[in-house]
Order: sequence, then structure tokens, then C-alpha cells
Amino acid sequence: MDSGGQDHPIIRLRGIRNAFGAQVIHDKLDLDVRRGEIIALVGGSGTGKSVLLRTIVGLNRPAAGSIEVFGQDIMHLPKVERRLVEQRWGILFQNGALFSSLTVAQNIQVPLKEHLGLKGPMLEEIAALKIALAGLPPEAGAKYPSELSGGMKKRAGLARALALDPEIVFLDEPTAGLDPIGAAAFDQLIADLRDTVGFTVFLVTHDLDTLATVCDRIAVLGEKRVMVVGTMNDMLEQTDPWIVEYFHGPRGRAALDAKARADARRRD
Amino acid sequence: MASPTAAAASGLLRFNEDGGRLRVELLGRWVVANAEVLDRLLGAMPAPDGRELDIDFTAIEAVDTVGAWLVHRTAARWQAAGGQAAIRGASPEYEVLLGQVAKADRPAPPRPKKLGPFAAMLDRLGRRVVYIWDDTLRLVSFLGETVAAMGRLAFVHPGRFRLTSTFAQAQAVGIEAMPIVGLISFLIGVVISYQGVDQLAMFGAQIFVVNLVAISVLRELGILLTAIVIAGRSGSSFTAQIGAMKLNEEVDAMRTLGLDPIEVLVVPRVVALMVMLPCLAVFADFMGLLGGMLMSWVTLGISPDVFMNRLAAAVTWKTYFVGVVKAPFFAVTIAVVGCLEGLRVEGSSESVGRRTTQSVVKGIFLVIVLDAAFSIFFATIGI
Repeated sequence: MDSGGQDHPIIRLRGIRNAFGAQVIHDKLDLDVRRGEIIALVGGSGTGKSVLLRTIVGLNRPAAGSIEVFGQDIMHLPKVERRLVEQRWGILFQNGALFSSLTVAQNIQVPLKEHLGLKGPMLEEIAALKIALAGLPPEAGAKYPSELSGGMKKRAGLARALALDPEIVFLDEPTAGLDPIGAAAFDQLIADLRDTVGFTVFLVTHDLDTLATVCDRIAVLGEKRVMVVGTMNDMLEQTDPWIVEYFHGPRGRAALDAKARADARRRD
Repeated sequence: MASPTAAAASGLLRFNEDGGRLRVELLGRWVVANAEVLDRLLGAMPAPDGRELDIDFTAIEAVDTVGAWLVHRTAARWQAAGGQAAIRGASPEYEVLLGQVAKADRPAPPRPKKLGPFAAMLDRLGRRVVYIWDDTLRLVSFLGETVAAMGRLAFVHPGRFRLTSTFAQAQAVGIEAMPIVGLISFLIGVVISYQGVDQLAMFGAQIFVVNLVAISVLRELGILLTAIVIAGRSGSSFTAQIGAMKLNEEVDAMRTLGLDPIEVLVVPRVVALMVMLPCLAVFADFMGLLGGMLMSWVTLGISPDVFMNRLAAAVTWKTYFVGVVKAPFFAVTIAVVGCLEGLRVEGSSESVGRRTTQSVVKGIFLVIVLDAAFSIFFATIGI
């Protein structure tokens, strides 16, 4: 189905340049995402994490550079083929971005109807399944987004992003605004689905617990490019002052300690 | 029963009958894209009849959540119908997936009961009546709150009155509305004059077109059309502005900072419109008369001189006053409705759209009702 084998990166960015007016956000930015991994994008405020995510999914056209997803140059794909690519990824926006005139269940049904032409009870049953998988109570399906709490909106957004069982899931700050229990459950859900369905997860986050527990690799954005990519352990060995501050600060240490304790408990 | 050939032809599953067991071999891609076909094939499976069901994963190519759920559902239904069901050959990943889907499978929430057509109509009618009554009460109470806030600002805390904001609003609702209000009034003057001449010519009384234009524009049309244009233009913008602030929690932030949204948002708009609408009405009167005058000059050859003379004879200051005096009342109606609808926005952006529509419809409706009330009032006191 794809060009390129297992080793070929599922997302490949080369020489990306993004600028708003005179302000350059990214310049000569390169990044590879491997199939099946959970990769997190971190960086200080204003380093353009969300802009990069929007660039990959085509909401923002870079001034220069190339973007390959599934081995296809998506900036120059004809419309029909682009639609096929769009079926193969799902996106969770920061605040859910649910359609406010539709119920949660109808929101989830949008991609199923639009791309697969499903109809009838099957549609409702699949929506109910996704609602449950995203950890929402059954009643949530009939509710409108305005009737949901922030965390529930996020879960509903995830349910919609997962509607087509995509190969790549983009998550923009998935755990921001969730309580710690909810956030941990959300992380676990993402990791479980990755292990079972086998998708690739590209997430933008500030949540050090997410970074420590579920991410395979971390990409640090700074100085208009990806400064380093590597595992949590690689991060701890970096010498860049910002990275040191980020991962060795009190919060970073707390997250790592918590993970170490959890791992130890699992071993016992 | 599903014809084994149809199942085999789909390339997704194969049935093997073996005495007391039914073996189902899953093939190909069990993914959401094939959901409908899979559902149809599984829906046509034979009844258990006390047999055992074996679902075999060994030959499957791909499974996603929907595929796994279909398998789980089939097994669960089989068991519910009194048969044994087992899943074989699933890799550890698929086991986890099946476990997750099993956890997610739960009875659908009961659907709300549907009313019969007649009961539904009564239900809608009743809700509508309650809604309108509720709306009226709300509007009256909000008008009261606004007047109280204006009184407070005028007599108790004059320093809290937002002058800058009021001027900015006056600019937006008054000065910037002049081109459209002027153009509409001018055209109305032209139209009345043009239509009136035709009718009056039948009596040889063409010259009375001046009276027709003057009285209709000054008493009614100048102010009424201005008010309608402003309800559409400014009433809607009040609702959208305040509504967007409400969604963004700015209004709540104001309350927590000890600011009264009515003082900060509503009063400047009401005052600005109260000042500007009479001015716009005067301007509209002028433009309407101008249009009438030009048209009678062109069609009847009534020179502006003659027009002005007839005008002086046709109207008194009362005719003019009766028109303009209505302006502040219309202004309060439009501004209060617009602001109230804005503050009633909640939840979603869709609500901003709905409230804005409501604001324009109610604003225009109330202006016309008020105009009718004024007509009756003036007739009664004999002006």
C-alpha cells in the first residue's frame, strides 16, 4: 500500500521554513518519524510546535521545504489522492475542535460518512464503540460539545480522530487541562491503542509524565529547527541549557522518579 | 443462513461446519473500511442451535478496533443465544485489542421516548408559549436593570461612565451608518414622489406630491426606515460583539474584577444609540425630502423654490417633531434587545449566530410595534 518499506520514515520533513511576515518560525527544519513510534514534540512557548503540526497536516503551507507522509510528497498531491491520505491520519486539536452544531456521536460519524459512506445502525454502533474506547460514558454520545467539560471534549475529539482507525494520530497537547488521573488514563489509552492497532503517534506536549511514560522518542524544537531527537535517556545527557533546565528541573525529576517507581512496582 | 459461497467470495471469512462446531476462519482485512460488508456477512450467520463457535484468527491480515468489535459482538451474540464461543489463534496484540473492545462494549443508552404527532405539536406549542412569555419577562427585567444602571451612572457615580467607549460606539453606530441611511432615505423620497405623482395626477392635484412626500417621510418613513436599518446593522453587531466576549469568558472575567457588564458594555451602547439615532433620523428626513424634491423637479417641473414654499405650508414643526421624538425610544429598544441577546449567548459559536438572528428579528418587530403604539397615542391626543 505504501511506497517505501518498514524502514522508510512515515513522516519525513526536509528543509522546512515557516515565516509570518518578517518573523521566521522554522528554518531548515528536518525531522523523521518512524512507523509505529510515539514521538513527542517539545519546546518553549513560541517555538512553533503547533505551527509545525499544522504544517505537516497541510493547514499551513511552508515557505520552503518538502513534506513526505506515507512516502508521498503531500504538498504536491492532487486533490483526490490527498483525500486518501487524509483518511489515513486523525488529528486531535488542542480544544477538541468539535463541530458545535453536532452531537458527540454525530461528530464521530462525520469522517465515517464522509470517507466511507457508512450509514444506518452500523454508524451509530461504531460511534458508540469509539465513545467507549475514548473513555466517555455512553450518555455523552447524545450531548452537544457545549454541554461537555474540557476533558470530555478532549476525549470526544480523540474519538473523532480515531474514527477511521488512522495510521498516524496527531495530538496537540492531549493531556493539557486534564486531571492527573484522567491524563494518565489518556496516556495509557494512547499507548494501548498504539500497541494493538499499531498506529504512529505524533504529539505536541508539555506534560513531562507523558514524555516519561509513553513516548518512544522526543524531538526538541528550538532555534528555529529540531535541536535533538532521541529517547528520554538521550535527553538527560544533553548539555544545551534549555534542555537541561527542561528535563532536570524539579518537574522533570519528579516525572522521572514517578516513572522509576512505577517500573519498579511492575517488576515486583 | 449465510451462503458459504457469498462468504468465501468476499474473501473475509470462511465457514466450516463440523458436526457440533461451527468454525469461522477470518481472512483479509477486518477494518472499518469493510465494516458494512462484514456486518452483513456476520448478520447472516447460522443460528447456534447449541453448537460451539470457533473464531479463528490465524489467517487474518489486519484488524482494527471496528474489526475486533465485530468479532467480539459475534461471539457475545452467539453466547447470548445459548452457544459456546471461543476465539483461537489471536496474537497477543489482538488479544489486547479484543480485551479493550470487550471493555468498551456496553448496552447503548435508552433512546428518549418519541411523542405522537399531535402530542408533539402540543408539546412544541406549549414550549413556544412558555418561551415567549419567558423572553418578554427577561426583556422587561433587563430594560429595568439597564435604566437602573444608567441612573446610577448619571447621579451616583458619574465618574464610572465610560465616555471613550460611548464615543467609539457612537462613531460606529452613527457616523458610519450615514451613507447607507442617507441613500435609503433618498431613494424612498424618490419612490414616494414618483408613485404619488401618478395617483395624484388623476385628480389634477400633482402639486400635493409635496405634502405626500413631506408628511410620509417626516412623520413615519424617515425614522422607521432608519430604525430598521440600524436594528439590522447595529443591533446585530451588539449581539455578535457581546456574544463573542461571552464565549471567551470576558464577561465572566469582568464580573470577577468587580465590573458590572451592564455598566461597561450595555450602557455605552444604549447611550450612543440614543444620541445618534435622532441625529440619523434628522439626516434621513433631510435626504428623503431631497429625493422627493429632485424627483418632483424632474417629473413635474416643480422647482426647488416652489417645493420649499409648499413644504412650509404643508408641515408644521409638529409633523417633524412627531417623527423625531420616536427616535430615542426606538434606540433604547434596539440597543437593549441587541445587548440582551448578546449576553444570552452561551456554549458554542452556533449560539452567537442564533442570538444575532433573534436580535435583528426582535429589534425590528418591537420597533414596528412601538411605532404603531405611537400612532395610536398621537391620534388620541390629536397631533
